Amino acid sequence: MTSSSKTASADGGARVELRALSVTYPGGTVAAVHDVDLVVEAGEFAVLLGPSGCGKSTLLRTINRLVEPTSGTVLIDGIDVRARDAVELRRGIGYVIQAVGLFPHYTVAENVAAVPGLLGWDRARIDARVDELLTLIRLDPARYRARRPRELSGGEAQRVGVARALAARPRVLLMDEPFAAVDAIVRASLQEEIARVHRELRTTVVFVTHDVDEALRLADRVVVMNAGRVVQTGPPEEILEHPADDFVRDLVGVDPETRRLVLERPLVER
Amino acid sequence: MTYLATHAARVGALLGQHVVLVFVSLAVALVIALPLGVLAARNARAGTVILALTGVLYTIPSLALLALLVAVLGLGRTTAIVALVVYAQMVLIRGVVAGLRGVDPALVDAARGLGFTARGTLLRVELPAALPVVLGGVRVATVSLVALATIAAWINAGGLGTLLFEGISTNNADKIVAGALAAAALAIAADLALRAAERAVRT
Repeated sequence: MTSSSKTASADGGARVELRALSVTYPGGTVAAVHDVDLVVEAGEFAVLLGPSGCGKSTLLRTINRLVEPTSGTVLIDGIDVRARDAVELRRGIGYVIQAVGLFPHYTVAENVAAVPGLLGWDRARIDARVDELLTLIRLDPARYRARRPRELSGGEAQRVGVARALAARPRVLLMDEPFAAVDAIVRASLQEEIARVHRELRTTVVFVTHDVDEALRLADRVVVMNAGRVVQTGPPEEILEHPADDFVRDLVGVDPETRRLVLERPLVER
Repeated sequence: MTYLATHAARVGALLGQHVVLVFVSLAVALVIALPLGVLAARNARAGTVILALTGVLYTIPSLALLALLVAVLGLGRTTAIVALVVYAQMVLIRGVVAGLRGVDPALVDAARGLGFTARGTLLRVELPAALPVVLGGVRVATVSLVALATIAAWINAGGLGTLLFEGISTNNADKIVAGALAAAALAIAADLALRAAERAVRT
């Protein structure tokens, strides 16, 4: 459960480091993200947890340069993301959002093939990769390849969203409230899937949520944010047992025993 | 109806000219309206100017516009096409703007986040997603161009209007009916075909 045991087998992930990162939006008076230092180790599943408006999505979006920081640096495997072309950088980073954003005029297979297509993979390699990914997210390629997004349930659509994000074997996967729009049962099964996929691929995952249970279930490390700052970072047990301040204590709830049940009945063996 | 029966070949030839007039005008109009529409959807200030300007052009009476253009370009088909292109702009540009503004922002966020270039996002995600609305604009523009193109005959540009003007000057109601029926049939056919196209691209 420690991150060091994971890094040993973490050839699938990159190390993400944020140094003194601040973001103030144009016209904004208050910083959306204020002086954040954070390291996500290679292969780690990090969850940014906090109320809406706390800056967690903004922080996430600096990693693939959808948001440019006002000051500070983002490093992926030690290389400043600003040293790279933004478009090329993003093709190497998976991106999953709450609204999924599947392209409605593409089939499921074409959606999954989007980034490999941009990267110029040949047809046969793309086809094989699409089948491999649909199988990974447990959608039968024979049945789902030719479907259109409108023919999918919310849960199926988000599975395809995950497959599309993983298509070109990114070493970092960014997920912005990916399961917030689906009902509780589907959410639980999607959480299981992403935990399993992470266990298999060892991609570094940075996952944003406001759902405490979700964060505790999925995270190797929870990063609690409030008002643009990181207020506590640690494994789920530590956040539960030693909340850094009243904000974290209130966030995880007045009854840590109940929360602990979430941890004692993990979705998957870790 | 007798003129239509006895002069089917002539009506057919004029119908052909009419179709060419409308089709060429529409093609040229689209080449202009697409980039202007994209610009208007992207940039609020440019959008205000472009929509106001095309709105003003649209309010000029068609006969007056033709007369003005004849003074500059002379009689003939080119002048008629220029007039039709001007008239089509407002409807086409509004279709492009409405289509692009209606695209789900999540699609754009996803496309950019996955590493589409700005151009790739526009051409491969936004415009295809906007296509049903854009085609709606094309349909409305086409139907009104079919009607407007009848007055092109007044400046020797041919088309079904020829029958109307001949019919008026020789007091031949049969000719007028033949021209009107053919034009109406063309407008209805274009409307139905483009409605079918809209349905086909709607996802």
